[in-house]
Amino acid sequence: MSPFMTRVRFVLGEVWQGISRSITLTIALIATFAISLSLLGVSLLVGSQVNEMKDYWFDKVEISIFLCTSGSDTATCTNGPATEAQKSQIRTDLEAMQPLVAEIFFESQQDAYNRFIERFKSSPISANVTPDQLPESFRIKLSNPEEFITVVNKFTSRPGIEAVRDQRATLSKLFSVLGGLQALALGFGLAMLVVTSLLVGNTIRVTAYARRREIGIMRLVGASKMALRLPFLLEAVFGALVGGIIATGILSFIKGYLVDQVIATSFTFTSFFGWQAVVSASIICLVSGTLLAFITAWFGIARHLKV
Amino acid sequence: MIKFENVTMAYRKDGNPALNDVTFEIADGEFVFLVGQSGAGKSTILRLLIREETAKNGTVLIDEINIGMLPQKEVPKLRRNIGMVFQDFRLLPEKTVAENVAFALQVLSKSPDEIKQTVPAVLDLVGLLDKANRRPEQLSGGEQQRVAIARALVNRPAILMADEPTGNLDPDTSVEIMRLLDQINKAGTTVIMATHDAGIVDQMRKRVIEITGGTIIRDQARGVYGYS
Repeated sequence: MSPFMTRVRFVLGEVWQGISRSITLTIALIATFAISLSLLGVSLLVGSQVNEMKDYWFDKVEISIFLCTSGSDTATCTNGPATEAQKSQIRTDLEAMQPLVAEIFFESQQDAYNRFIERFKSSPISANVTPDQLPESFRIKLSNPEEFITVVNKFTSRPGIEAVRDQRATLSKLFSVLGGLQALALGFGLAMLVVTSLLVGNTIRVTAYARRREIGIMRLVGASKMALRLPFLLEAVFGALVGGIIATGILSFIKGYLVDQVIATSFTFTSFFGWQAVVSASIICLVSGTLLAFITAWFGIARHLKV
Repeated sequence: MIKFENVTMAYRKDGNPALNDVTFEIADGEFVFLVGQSGAGKSTILRLLIREETAKNGTVLIDEINIGMLPQKEVPKLRRNIGMVFQDFRLLPEKTVAENVAFALQVLSKSPDEIKQTVPAVLDLVGLLDKANRRPEQLSGGEQQRVAIARALVNRPAILMADEPTGNLDPDTSVEIMRLLDQINKAGTTVIMATHDAGIVDQMRKRVIEITGGTIIRDQARGVYGYS
């Protein structure tokens, strides 16, 4: 065995002794890390979901004017897809409404299709969609969003236009609910992290007491500051890592079962966050948990461990 | 060379100084008894030497290095050069004899080869090679103290300090421990031993520094415990 491995084995042996001597405290440490990091992760996932529900145009425009397609069946679409004349008339009218209409974007059926595929790439419905099913649209940015009703009234029930929508108005309520949920999870998560860091400090105090003989001897024979601190740091980081791994499991369960198997089957109007969101939330949880453990342990040791 | 120059320590609750203007020198390779009643200041001198305490006034020097002014990060290096033995042995109960001794090397990140060579050698020196795999609870008091001495010596310190090392031992066992300390001293290690065991001091006829109430009242080569 190489000297390095022997050294590692010795330190890990010391850490294991510390953990097994105060096993209930270690379990409490792991549990609070798991809970606080899960809550942190849930708030990140809710954030991902909000982003998922905002389509490409959401943050860029206020009003979307959807034109008739061959499949439209509203009263304004009885004459089939919007004609070129209707389209240029709409554009002219929109341009006439400047400066209220600040910007006008036109989305073709192909553009709409590309965005749709991109957005629903993880969903089975993307396989059944063709470009001609998706409407062309004018996307309008207003200089004063409060006055959206003026534009809506001007274009609603005009031939060639299937619908005029202010997506912000419909989604903003849902988003405020989700935002509240996110803030709640984040708030509880942060509160739990504070509790966790207190527990890290306590664990170090108890471990330092349980290991007072070893520590006394280590100091006596001239162990360096780092050699004295390392077992404590590793114990705290161990708690954070195991807690973080449990949190990752909980987040995976939320995605794999709750979202994919339960929620997604009853709410088909939107796509849901993918595994990528779970992976990045888990990484953030693991890294921030480990950092928190390291920092609180570092300062906790300084208080309880004189060199 | 250990040098105390006008060292004063005031930390006792009754307001009397733990050490009062203490000055003495100990040459390399000497064997010195610090004698006096409990609380006279013997342990304080030892604690000053390993920087467990810092003198309020005066200087403590080892090889011309001012121990009181040593930067905190140099303190571990100082302690590696001083072996320390106590009345209560301070062994780790869940480790074997060999592991207890090896522990002092492991915490200093010594190589496995060095540990494998040094530990049996030092156990042989204290006469415990055949009990390397016993646990402290399976040993007599004298044997436990030998383990503690082995641990104190395993890093080859220049100075060995013993605070009442025979305090928990019967007279016969104490004599064996003293023989071992004498042998270690003859091999070149400076030995400083705090004790109030008059029989041992009288028998050994080494230098005696007597302290009462924090003041040195006698410093005598080849001394005995008391004048009486």
